[in-house]
Amino acid sequence: MTGQETSSKKEIVVTGFGGQGIILAGRILGKAAALGDHRESTLVQSYGPESRGGACSAQVIISDGVIHYPYVRKPDILSAMSQAGYEKYADLVEEDGIILIDQDLVKPKSGKAPVFAIPSTRFAEELGRKMMANIIMIGFIVATTGAVSHQAALQTVEKSVPPGTEKKNLEAFSKGYDFGLALFKGREKKAAGQVGA
Amino acid sequence: MKPAVLTGEHYMTGDEAIAEGALAAGCLFFGAYPITPATEIAERMSQRLFGVGGTFIQMEDEIAAMAAVVGASCAGVKSMTATSGPGFSLMMENLGLAIVMETPCVVANVQRAGPSTGLPTQGAQADMMQARWGSHGHYEIIALAPESAQEAFYETIRAFNLAEKYRTPVLIMTDELVGHMSERVVIPKKSAITLEDRPRPKGRKDRYLPFEPGPNGVPPMAAAGEGCAVHMTGLTHDAKGYPVMTVECQEQMVTRLVNKILDNRHDIFSFKEYRLEDADVAVVSYGISARTARAAVDEARQEGIKAGMLKLDTVWPFCEEKIFELAQRVKAFVTVEINLGQIHLEVMRAARGKAPCVLVGHAGGALISPEQVKAALRSI
Repeated sequence: MTGQETSSKKEIVVTGFGGQGIILAGRILGKAAALGDHRESTLVQSYGPESRGGACSAQVIISDGVIHYPYVRKPDILSAMSQAGYEKYADLVEEDGIILIDQDLVKPKSGKAPVFAIPSTRFAEELGRKMMANIIMIGFIVATTGAVSHQAALQTVEKSVPPGTEKKNLEAFSKGYDFGLALFKGREKKAAGQVGA
Repeated sequence: MKPAVLTGEHYMTGDEAIAEGALAAGCLFFGAYPITPATEIAERMSQRLFGVGGTFIQMEDEIAAMAAVVGASCAGVKSMTATSGPGFSLMMENLGLAIVMETPCVVANVQRAGPSTGLPTQGAQADMMQARWGSHGHYEIIALAPESAQEAFYETIRAFNLAEKYRTPVLIMTDELVGHMSERVVIPKKSAITLEDRPRPKGRKDRYLPFEPGPNGVPPMAAAGEGCAVHMTGLTHDAKGYPVMTVECQEQMVTRLVNKILDNRHDIFSFKEYRLEDADVAVVSYGISARTARAAVDEARQEGIKAGMLKLDTVWPFCEEKIFELAQRVKAFVTVEINLGQIHLEVMRAARGKAPCVLVGHAGGALISPEQVKAALRSI
C-alpha cells in the first residue's frame, strides 16, 4: 500500500445492540463502497460477547485514497440504534458531521452535530420483520449522507441478506431511503420559506 | 464447487484472505484446532478444501494439529495450520520437528494479547520473539507479517512458496486486527500466480539420500511411499536421515539448516520503503502497526517533520543490513509494534549505536494510535 490519504474520507460508526444487525449494516456499507462504488473502504467491528447482545459497533471508513488507520478517530456519520451507542460516540461528532438515530430507541441530547431521526424499528415491524430495522437504517444513511451510492447499496443489500428475503429487504431499504429523502426535502422547503419571510 | 483460485473482487477479512491465499497457493491439507481470533481461517478452509480435492481435519489439540500438518507434508501435499498464542505455544515442539526434518509447511499465528489466555478477542504483536526462538535449539525461521487483507492473500502465497523452495516451516505472524478487518481483496487469475514446488529427487530411487543438499543448501524431497528410501527423525541425522550422535554431525546439520536460510536471505527479504528518501527519522513497523505508522508519517510530514517508514514484510530473518544502512543517514529510529519491545531490540542491535532507537508500543489489546507515534516523532 502506497499513496497518501485524501480528504474525501468519510468515517462512519454504526452502533446499537448486538442482534440488531449492526455489523451486517456496517458490512453492507463497506462492501457497497469497495465493490459497488469502487472506492476504498475498511470495516472493523465489535468481536466477542458484545456482538451477541451488548453494546455493539461497526466502524467503516470510506475514501477515494488509501486508508491507513482503520479505526474511526473523528466520526463524520454516527448511526445509533441504542442509547448506549449514541452516548459513547455522539460527543465525537462535530458540526459538519451528522447523527442518525432510531427515534424510539435513542433520546438525543443537544450537541454540535445535527440529528436526524427515523422510526426504523417501528417501520420494520410494520413491514412484518423487526430484524430489518438495520436495512431501513442503511436506506436512511444512504439518503441523508450519500456515503455510498443508491445503486451500490441496493445491490449489496440484495446480495447480503438470506436467500428468499431479498424482496422484503429491498422494500425495507426503500422505506428508509424514501423517508430520508422526504425529510431532507421538507427541511429544504422550510429553509426556503424562512428566507422568503 | 468453487475453484481453488476465486479470481475477482471480494470484500473479506484478513483471516478469510489467508485461507484464500492458501488455496490459491495449492494447499491441500489443513489440520487445525479452533482458537480466537484464528478460527475463521479454519472455518473457511473447512468449507472450501473438500471442493478442491483437499483434506481438512479438526484435530484434538494444537500439538496434534501441527503433527498432522508435518505428516501431510511428508506425504507430499502442501499443508498448513492456523492458531493464536496459546495454540502457538503448543505447536512449538512439532515446529522444531518440521525444521529438523526440513518439512515445508505454513503456520499462521493470528496474534492476540498474552501471556497465557490474555485478551482472547483483542489483538497484539507480542509473539514475535516466540516466532523467532519459541522452539528449542538453535535454528533460523522465516516469518512474514501482512498489514491488510490484500497483503494477507499475497503473503500467504509467498509463505507457501518460501516453505517449498527452502523446505522449511514459514510463519505468517498476523494479528487479530488484520484478521478481523474487512477490506477489498482482488484475487488475480490463476495463470498470474507463480507457485514454487519443493525440489524433487532426480535419478535412481535406490540412490536417493533424503538430506543431501542441492546447490542452494536445500535437499530434494521425496514423498513417503513413492519408492525412495525415506527416513525422518527429530534426532541429529546424516544425509540418509539416519541418527548420528556426534558433535561433528550436529555441527554439520545445524549449520546447514541455519545457512540455507541466511545464505538465501536476500531472496526471502521483502520490505517497503515509504517516504524514506529524505527522512530524518525512520519508523520501523510491520503487520497492523504499519498502518498506524504510515498515517503518522503522513501527518508528521504535514507538521514539517521529515519522517519515513521501513515496513517489514519479512520480519524473520531480520534485515540487519538494511537497518545498519539507514542508521548511517537517519537521526533516529522509531519502532511501532503492539508489545513492550521485541523488534525494537532487533532494530537497536542492528543500528549498532549509530542512531538512537525509540519504541512506541503497549502491552496489547488495541491498535496503537497515530497520535502516539506523532508524539514520539515530535520529541526527536
